[in-house]
Formats: sequence, C-alpha cells, structure tokens
Amino acid sequence: MKNLEKAVAKICAEYGNDRTRMMDIVRAVQVKFGGVDNEAIDLIAARTGTHRVEVESVVSFYAFLSQKPKGHVVIRLCNDVVDQMKGVQDVAKTLSTKLGIGFGETSSDGWFSLEWAPCIGMCDQAPAALVNDLMVTNLTTEKAAELIRALKANPNPGQLTAKFGLGEGNNAHELVQSSVQNNIKKTGEVLLGDVPAEAGLKKALQKSPEEVIAEVEASKLRGRGGAGFSTGLKWKFTRGAQGQDKYVLCNADEGEPGTFKDRVLLTERADLLFEGMTIGGYAIGAATGILYLRGEYNYLRPFLEDVLQKRRDARLLGADILGKAGFNFDIRIQMGAGAYICGEETSLISSCEGLRGDPKNRPPFPPQQGYLRKPTSVNNVETFCCVSRILDKGAAWFAAIGSGKSTGTKLLSISGDCKVPGVYEYPFGVKIRDLLQDVGAENTQALLIGGPSGQFIGAESFDKTICYDDLATGGAVVIFNKDRDMIHIAHQYMEFFVEESCGYCTPCRTGNVLIEKCLRKILDGQGEPEDIAYLQQLGNTVKKGSRCGLGQTSPNPALTTIKNFRAAYEAVLKPARDGMQPTFDLKAAVSDAEELAGRQSVSH
Amino acid sequence: MEKPRIATASLAGCFGCHMSLLDIDDRILKLIELVEFDKSPVDDIKNFTGRCAIGLIEGGCCNEENVHVLKDFRKNCDILVSVGECAIMGGLPALRNGIPLKECLETAYINGTGVYNPSGRIPNSEDIPLLLNKVYPCHEIVKVDYFLPGCPPPADTIWEACVALLTNKPLDLPYELIKYD
Amino acid sequence: MSETITFTIDGVEVKGKAGQTIMQAADGNGIYIPRLCYLEGCEPFASCRVCTVIVNGRPQAACTQPIAPGIVVENNSPEVTQIRKDIVEMMFVEGNHFCPFCDKSGNCELQAMAYRLGILAPKYPYLFPVCELDASHPYIFIDPNRCILCGRCVQASRDLDGKHVFDFVGRGPHKKIRVNAAVRLADTNLDITDKACDVCPVGAILKKGVGYAVPVGQRLYDKEPIGSDIESKAK
Repeated sequence: MKNLEKAVAKICAEYGNDRTRMMDIVRAVQVKFGGVDNEAIDLIAARTGTHRVEVESVVSFYAFLSQKPKGHVVIRLCNDVVDQMKGVQDVAKTLSTKLGIGFGETSSDGWFSLEWAPCIGMCDQAPAALVNDLMVTNLTTEKAAELIRALKANPNPGQLTAKFGLGEGNNAHELVQSSVQNNIKKTGEVLLGDVPAEAGLKKALQKSPEEVIAEVEASKLRGRGGAGFSTGLKWKFTRGAQGQDKYVLCNADEGEPGTFKDRVLLTERADLLFEGMTIGGYAIGAATGILYLRGEYNYLRPFLEDVLQKRRDARLLGADILGKAGFNFDIRIQMGAGAYICGEETSLISSCEGLRGDPKNRPPFPPQQGYLRKPTSVNNVETFCCVSRILDKGAAWFAAIGSGKSTGTKLLSISGDCKVPGVYEYPFGVKIRDLLQDVGAENTQALLIGGPSGQFIGAESFDKTICYDDLATGGAVVIFNKDRDMIHIAHQYMEFFVEESCGYCTPCRTGNVLIEKCLRKILDGQGEPEDIAYLQQLGNTVKKGSRCGLGQTSPNPALTTIKNFRAAYEAVLKPARDGMQPTFDLKAAVSDAEELAGRQSVSH
Repeated sequence: MEKPRIATASLAGCFGCHMSLLDIDDRILKLIELVEFDKSPVDDIKNFTGRCAIGLIEGGCCNEENVHVLKDFRKNCDILVSVGECAIMGGLPALRNGIPLKECLETAYINGTGVYNPSGRIPNSEDIPLLLNKVYPCHEIVKVDYFLPGCPPPADTIWEACVALLTNKPLDLPYELIKYD
Repeated sequence: MSETITFTIDGVEVKGKAGQTIMQAADGNGIYIPRLCYLEGCEPFASCRVCTVIVNGRPQAACTQPIAPGIVVENNSPEVTQIRKDIVEMMFVEGNHFCPFCDKSGNCELQAMAYRLGILAPKYPYLFPVCELDASHPYIFIDPNRCILCGRCVQASRDLDGKHVFDFVGRGPHKKIRVNAAVRLADTNLDITDKACDVCPVGAILKKGVGYAVPVGQRLYDKEPIGSDIESKAK
C-alpha cells in the first residue's frame, strides 16, 4: 500500500470508518498531507462507505480544508474590520513581501501559504494571524517580519510559542502556551468572579432532572449566543421529545466578527462550562455531549481535552457521575474547520454529523430532531456557564441580577476605537453611555451591537441599554469613532457575509452579493439616490426569504447604516447625469481591445 | 399637432426584433398615423432630426460604436425601450462574456474551425469599432425605461407597448405576450 | 382519519389535514403557491425560497411549514410577490440564462415562474459567471450556466435512484453542482432512465438528441401559466 493509502486507512480506522466523523477524518488528512486531493477523497469515500462527491462536498465547504495542497505553514491573517482599523494592510504587505507570495498563494517550495481569514476571535488584540494553530496577536510590521524570519529558520509554528511571550492565566498553561491575552477588564458576580468548583453540578444531582429544568426556567436564563431563546424551555422540549438517545451540544463556534468572550470562558472557565454541559445532560437525559470548537481555537484543544480527562478521572464525567447511579455522560470535542455558518445551530449539527455546514429545515427543531435526528439541545458556551452558577446559587439569585426579562450578566467582547478593549461582564441593563466611558471610547460615532448580524447604532441611541428588549447582543460590541466611513465599514461586513453564506438558499447566496456590489458602487462615487430604496428592498427580500439566521440578518450592515447614518449616504449619492449609468466605464471596457489592436478608442 | 417621433436602432442584434416590428402587418399603417419615424434603419434616416418620444433599441452593446449610438438615443429620446433578449441581457453575442477577448478574436479569425484567412491577421483598421471586453446589456450603459423581452418579442408585444406608451397608458402585457424566446 | 385543520390563505378559508405543510394543503384547495426546488416524493429541500409566504406576520417557506389551526397565510400580497420576483430575478442574474436557444425554453419552470410573476427583465446587474459544460456522457449533458442550485437532481439521484451521482461543492456564491467522479459525468453510474435526468426544472441537465421536440406554441407554459394545473382543482 502506498503512503497516502496507509495513512488514510489509519485515520479512517481511528474514527471507526464512521462517515459521521468526516470532519475529523478530512481534518486529519488535511493536516498530514496539506490537502485532501482527489486520490485521498476516493480513499476516504471507500473506507467510510460514502460517495466521493460527498467527501468532496465537505472538503470544498470549509475554509481550512482544501483539495489543492497548501504549504506546511499556513498563515491566515485576519482581515476583520477591526484588524483593518488597526493597520492590518501594512502587516499584510510585510508578510507578502517577506514570503514573496500574494494572498491565496503558496510558495513554490511548498513551505508557506498566505491567506486572509475572517474574524479569528482576537479583535481586542488586533491585528492577529493564525499560523497553523499558533495565534500571533498585536501584529506590527516589525513583528510580522520577525515572524517570517523565525519561521524561515524553523518552519514549525508550534515551537515559536515562547517567542511572543505568554498571555495571562491559562494562556500560559503548559498545554496552551499562547501569547493570547484574556483582557478581562470587568468581572461580574456570575462568570468572571470567583466560581466554586462543581457546586452547581453537586446541587443539580440532588434534584430530579425536572427540578433542574424548573430551576433554569425560573432563572429566566436566555441563550447567550444571540437568539435569546429560553434555555429552560429548550431543555424541557428536548427532555420531553420522543427518542432514546439525546444530545447536548455546546456551540463554541464563536465566529460573529467582534466576538471573543467564549474564547476567554474556554480558557478560564472550562470546568464551569463542562459542568454546565453535564448538568444539561442530566436535565434532558443525554449521555453524550459535544463541544463544537471553531477551528481557529484549535490551540485550546489539548488543554480542553486535558480538562475533560481530569473530569473523567474525578468521576465528573463517565459512568455514575459523582456517585449518581445511572447518570452517565461524557463529552467529546468536535473541531470546526473555518465556517461562520456553523455557529448557526442546525449548521453546527450538520457539521457534527460530518456534512457540509448547511443549515437544516425547521421544523423539526433540534429539540425534536437534531444531531443524527435525535433530540438535541444546542446551547452557547456562556449559557452553560450560567447554568452551573444558577444551580449553585439558585434561580432567584440569578433573576435578581440584570433588568426585567433579561436576567443575569452578559459578557461583552468590546473592541474597535476604545482605549481598553477586552471582555466585560455587565449585568443586563447597562447603558451604552456608561459602557463607552468604561472602555475609554471618545469621539464615538457608532457602535456595532451584536456584530454585523446585529445593528449599527449612533449617538441618538447611547441612552439605550444592553438587554434582550432593547439592544440585544450575542456579545460583540465594536466601536467606531467619528473618523470612520460607515459605508466603507458596512461594505466590509457585507464582503464577510458573501464569503460566509453557505449558498444553500437563493436570497442569501446571491442577494448578499448584490448588496455588496451596490455598496461598492456607492463607495466608488457612483451611488445614486435610488440606491437607498434598492438596498432596502433587496435587504428586505434577503431577510425575509432566507432559510436561516445568516441570511435573515446579513443585510443588517447595509440596512442599519442606512437607517441610522443616512446622512453619510446622502452626502455621497448624486443623480446620474443625462440618463447615463455611472457604473459603465467605457475606458475600461475597451482597454483589452485597445491593447490588442494597438490603437486608442476614438470615443473617450 | 405634430406627431410624436419614434427612433429605432439595431446594435449587437440580428435585426430580428426589427423584423418583428414590421410583423405587426397592416397595423403599421395605424402606427404611421400615430407617429413619425425618425432615425431608424426602417427609413434609413442616419441622424436624429428632432427630439423623439420613443427610442426602441435592439441588441446589446458589443463595441464602442454601439455605446455611442445608445448614448445618442438616450440623449434624444424621452422613453428608451430595450427590445429583445440581446438588448436586455446581451443575448447570443454575450456567450463570449466568459471568454477573453483575445481568444475570441483568434478563434474567429485565425484558429477557429473552418476559418480561411491567409493573412493570419485579425482585421484592424480605424474604421472598425473596438470591441468591448464583454457584451453589455443596454441598461448597464444608460438608463432604460422599459423592457420588452423575447427573441424576438412578438409583434403584438411591440404593438401593445408602442400604443400604451404613445397613449400614456400603463404597459400591462398579458401572459401570452411575455416570452423570453 | 386525521384531524382537519382550518386556516386562511389570502383571507380565504381552507382546510387541510394535520401533518400537512402549507404547500400541500394549498395544493389540495386548488391554491397555487409558486415553487421551484420542490420535488414530489422527496423531503422538501427548501433552497429556492420562491414558496415564501407570510404566516401570522412571519415569513416561512410553505414547503416546510406545517399548517396549524387558524393561521393567517399571505400568498398573494404585494410584499410576498415582491420577494418572489426578487428571488427569481436573482436566479436570472447569478447564472447565464440564454432562453432564446435553450432546449428547455417553454418547458422551463424558472422561465415560467418569471412569466407568471410578470418579470420583463431583472433589475439586478448580470453577474455572467464562467461555467464549464460537461457533455462527456453519451446521453446526458450538464450546463451549469443554467443551474439554479435547487437540489432536485441531488435528491432524485440519492433518494429515488439509490445512487449519488450529484452533490454540491463550494459555498456561497461559489457553490456549484458536482458529479460523483473525479472529472466527468461519463465516469459516474448515471443512466438515462434515472429519475435524476428528468427532474431539472431548468435546462441544466438535459437529454441529448431530443432538443426542441415540441413546437413553439404547444410547449408546457406557452399558453397556461405554471401552477394552472393546481389552480384548476379549485372548488
């Protein structure tokens, strides 16, 4: 047997030749061979009893997977809006020059690939890059040059960890060894303050599963990922659904640009998270939990695996947990591979099943039919952490924090134009004005609440509060000062959505492209007054026609800047002259022919 | 009262849409009562003689001359109508839009199957308008007010449209008259 | 017998059976809800979104949304029609739809849908994607220029033919149809008798040698709009 064949056989066997573990299989092949080529695809299909086109459909879906081999070292420079604000273009030039390759290219010696990546969860320490699994943050041109020098001397990013210093807390843990900073700037009483170990789980196991669910319901805890569905209710539905096997899934695919609070929870509150998942398993009657971890956070995986193992050793996972006869529960980690859409719960389920990250039809909803068509509860990292605390301190304690129907605290990932970016734990109900003061934001023009799928707000909203009924957010807050061009920013976020749409449904696949093109046209100085109505109607169709949350929110950068920063648009839109289309450029249109004919056009 | 004027042009088209216009049969006499034809291949008037109420455009824009004519129509006509698939979306000529111009020309004049061209050269003279990098639908170059799809649009479609536009009635085509082929 | 459910579509009271989708119930009442990806005999794919209706104020796909007592469904409101027009126009500009010389013209569901919605021309800029034809198979050819990514061939091959000749690769605007072979359709086990060869709503998967078989004027949608068969069942 050839090398590739042997290796693929071994990898497939490691995952039981199970097609539902396709993500793990193709990831492993990618890491070993730099790509999953046609031959590998055939081999994987044969081993797992699938068709080659199914394997190809998975490989072609995820940004971290490729059919063409990539370099041994893949540098993914984050081109999120915040990174652009912090000068990533200069860093990009340095990387490109020093490597002698452009973005999207691999060096001829096969050592290096250079790519752009959407938000990698480091907006508070931007610009940042992912070098294989190594996070390099706070990049400057000097640091970028130093990085390439070091990599050329030793093209093993894993051995460069010490070079850039170690971050605080568990970032310095021997299994993490990362220069990533937690930047916890405000601790609250629920999550980032002191949390006693396993207090919630112990108390939960003294109750019946129904009582646990009742406690969570009484706390009025709502999903922290952004959608804000009642956690207790979701668990109740899952528990009540027919079917033997049930699953608890944790969404750690934090991909919303500007969000990074789950990364900090995973680093500093891993036990609290797994405790919450275990409580969830007990409550809904599940034996298996899956942590879906975004590919960008692979550097945390050895640490998290170790935490899980320690929990097994301490009988916090496995059979008869904490002596509770018959309560068996374990957790595995499912790695993502670079797809924002997988943060959408049904896409996340598809990905866990070894498929393209396509969302699923609803109904049935995951609590009825989720992972492997079994009842499944998908909850956010922060939600599970809250659950552990609620079971320890009681629903009443939790419900007393926050404001009205929004109980507890919320972690905010704050970045952009402010002096103190980082993670802030606030009780719900914090006023924007107070938040801006805390983070040292001055001359603020706009905030993006909830990431690009949320909304841009301006000064007229600074007295509003962060809570489900006012300004809802999954945690991202990006601040823009008065020097920023809001149309330019909206356009950058639309480019993000174009790339991250799964392409399943028409409005999202093509509508976002059309919105992006129209904003590009406006930025090019060709905008016309009627473009506003065009964008609004297009945006409405994309929102109302799209199949999942991505398309149902993706027009927001355009729509909410039009709504709240209309003056910025009106300043640049002008009626077309003489009925001509401003977008048509005759000079460019004849340039090829001029070159071929060796003469100039007479018309321009 | 002076009769409204109507102008027509065939850009990168096949004159099929003009044939369809003539296909309105004896209604052409009625049309003549309603309008006066200005610049058009129908009467061979080369330049606009006055402001026109309606301009009917057949064909998309494949070269600089097409662009020039189209812009001239936009300047001289109150209402501009894209008539037929080529005007609307480029049509058959737009099949080249995915192929680099150089390759197109070389296939047409040098390497293509059945090409006899002893000179081995691509025709090139000041008199030949330069080709555009792709074939453009008319409304991507100038603002177009109405679209009559079809290849060609049925004569009845053209007739209904002209009558509606000349009498200021809304253009509301019945199902049978909306055709893309 | 299953329970009868009463609700309204555009203000008209209709009845359906528990477990039906809005589309199924509407069909049973002779009310046509426009659709392109829906394929009888398969699970709703719900990719085209042309069947979007507004249910109690919320947009839903009629092909997947179950009926419920008293729901208020908008099928023909100006907003719903606008959404459908926009979606169909998006399909026209994201591909290369040269109706004048397409075999499928007159029998094409996309074209028929545009006729039914009264679309004279799309308002969006044409994207003119570059696509490669696959004419390797002796009896079938694929023209991705015309593909609307509805998923019917994928479903038919997998669920009706018990094969897996087609699937999607790539994502977002780069998503496209692929065959189960390293390169060509000829290297798959597709047979001309496969259901997958008959389900394409557009001219992306066509049989060779049978083009333009029906004269203009007698084709499926020359005289009657798409959906007329369902509407003729109205009581």
